Amino acid sequence: MALPETVSLPPARANFRDTTVGRLLRRPSALLGLILLAGILAMAAFADIAFTGDPLDMAGMPLLRPGEDAAFPLGTDMMGRDLASGIFHGARVSLLIGGVAALVSLVIGIGIGALSGYYGGRIDRALMRVTELFQTIPPFLFTLALVAILQPSIATITAAIGITSWSGLARLVRAEVLRLRNSELAQASIILGASDARIIVRHILPNALAPVIVSASILVATAILTESSLSFLGLGDPNVVSWGGMVGAGRETIRTDPHVAAIPGVAIVIAVLALNLLGDGLNDVLSSKGERR
Amino acid sequence: MSPSVPNEPVLAVDGLSIGFQNRHGLLPAVRELSFSVKSGEMLAIVGESGCGKSLTALALLGLIPPPGRVTGGTVRLEGRDLLALDEAALRRVRGARIAMIFQEPMTALNPVLTVGEQIMEAILEHETVSRKAARERTLALLERVRIPDPERRFAEYPHRLSGGMRQRVMIAMALAGAPAVLVADEPTTALDVTIQAQILSLIDELRREQGTAVVFITHDLGVVSRYVDRVLVMYAGRKVEERDTRDLFADPLHPYTRGLIAAQPRAGAGAAGAVRERLAEIPGTVPALAAMPAGCAFAPRCPLADARCAQAVPPPRRAGSGLVACHHAGETHAL
Repeated sequence: MALPETVSLPPARANFRDTTVGRLLRRPSALLGLILLAGILAMAAFADIAFTGDPLDMAGMPLLRPGEDAAFPLGTDMMGRDLASGIFHGARVSLLIGGVAALVSLVIGIGIGALSGYYGGRIDRALMRVTELFQTIPPFLFTLALVAILQPSIATITAAIGITSWSGLARLVRAEVLRLRNSELAQASIILGASDARIIVRHILPNALAPVIVSASILVATAILTESSLSFLGLGDPNVVSWGGMVGAGRETIRTDPHVAAIPGVAIVIAVLALNLLGDGLNDVLSSKGERR
Repeated sequence: MSPSVPNEPVLAVDGLSIGFQNRHGLLPAVRELSFSVKSGEMLAIVGESGCGKSLTALALLGLIPPPGRVTGGTVRLEGRDLLALDEAALRRVRGARIAMIFQEPMTALNPVLTVGEQIMEAILEHETVSRKAARERTLALLERVRIPDPERRFAEYPHRLSGGMRQRVMIAMALAGAPAVLVADEPTTALDVTIQAQILSLIDELRREQGTAVVFITHDLGVVSRYVDRVLVMYAGRKVEERDTRDLFADPLHPYTRGLIAAQPRAGAGAAGAVRERLAEIPGTVPALAAMPAGCAFAPRCPLADARCAQAVPPPRRAGSGLVACHHAGETHAL
């Protein structure tokens, strides 16, 4: 049988320029976000090598200005702690808490959103009431209350941020699942005898992933900000250095030595900005890809 | 494969009625529909939009979209009534004993999985075989639906394939479980004419090779006339005529069937002649579900309708190779 429709296509391996990563790298703002994020990751990775001592120990003269002493390029705070060491070690805490809290929030949000959107009816109503309950409580106050009750430590802060920040994501996932659940794609899977779990995991969630990835980067940024705010208020883990805690410690000398609060403040701004730029870039790339299909 | 007795229908629909429940009551969409198909047989269900043919197709797989529900009848697949099965049992039947292909293969294929992965999944859903064996079977299926270079197509994503190729992939997925019955709901409507013919002859070959019974749902009588054994014409939820294809085209007994055949555009018609012939049409539209006439549903559009048609629904009567439901069956020659 002749097959005139079988036009020979170029090989399946797409050009790197056309992949999601390739197109992301061609956006200046997304590229800047990635570079900044890579810098913060490098700081976290090499903190122990670059600064061997405990960042909470007194290292030199108190309140050195940046550049005043070559051994302390970013200066010291009123306790004589090295600010550069604090920034490097603080990057670890911020990324760890930001990443793990976002992961907790993703697991809860995707789970509840998928079940709610797929099964609908009574399950949907019950899960959405729970979601609304979480949405009505201001997330920062909720986190603050949880941390105060649980005693601050990295684990409790991470858990508290994760538990309080999934509600928006759950609604987003629910809407996407609801859309895909009634698509021919889902129907075709049902007709082939696929189980609910397989339809959700293999066919629905992968196609709902684009907005989830975008909101995941924003979730990490928000979690870093929340952790910083908690530390600033003195509800951080007292045994580790954190950017928010450093800003809080610099508060007392803000009029005489503003750099003590400003330097960790800039670190927070850069981290949050990097994640937001990346999120915006991903949003553009992933949604335009959807249109192209 | 389960043993099938020759000449015993694999799929037997008896008195199937489907309705939509709303505030005003039950609106019947399919009424007392009966038909059967044997192994290797191809039956076309033909009718206008809204006559209940797609709903019937879904009912064959136990999938009635709410608020619709089956209000009566049975759908027997290899002797088992599908409408009496629970969800878990239905899931084992779907894809394995009865499968379906759709009009738009692009929306039915998963854009994030390769063609091969999707077909493998259809195999692994019903059988416990190794991934390697499933892969071999997938390549064989791709070959069977005449996809050239299966090894390469296996790793291709659906958006890189043409419409005809995608429909072939859908057919391969449907055949993965070696079903006894294949339901094809307008599988060629979204394709252009040359590809339509290729897909149709592919389905035709496959049912001959494998003995799969095919229920072909379409609104286009002309497209299927070359391939199907029998044609069932539906109008407003009821079967109005069911005949062997040749008999139906040679001598349509129901005025609606006659109208459908007359409404086919013919190549060359009017081109050579002096008078350009206007394409015949059936006046009016299918009555709304809520406003069904008491008698024959086609009566308001029928040139032969009389007082009897307006009062009593015509019962199906035996007519040669099939059945017809019309008070005036056979009088269509007068038209």
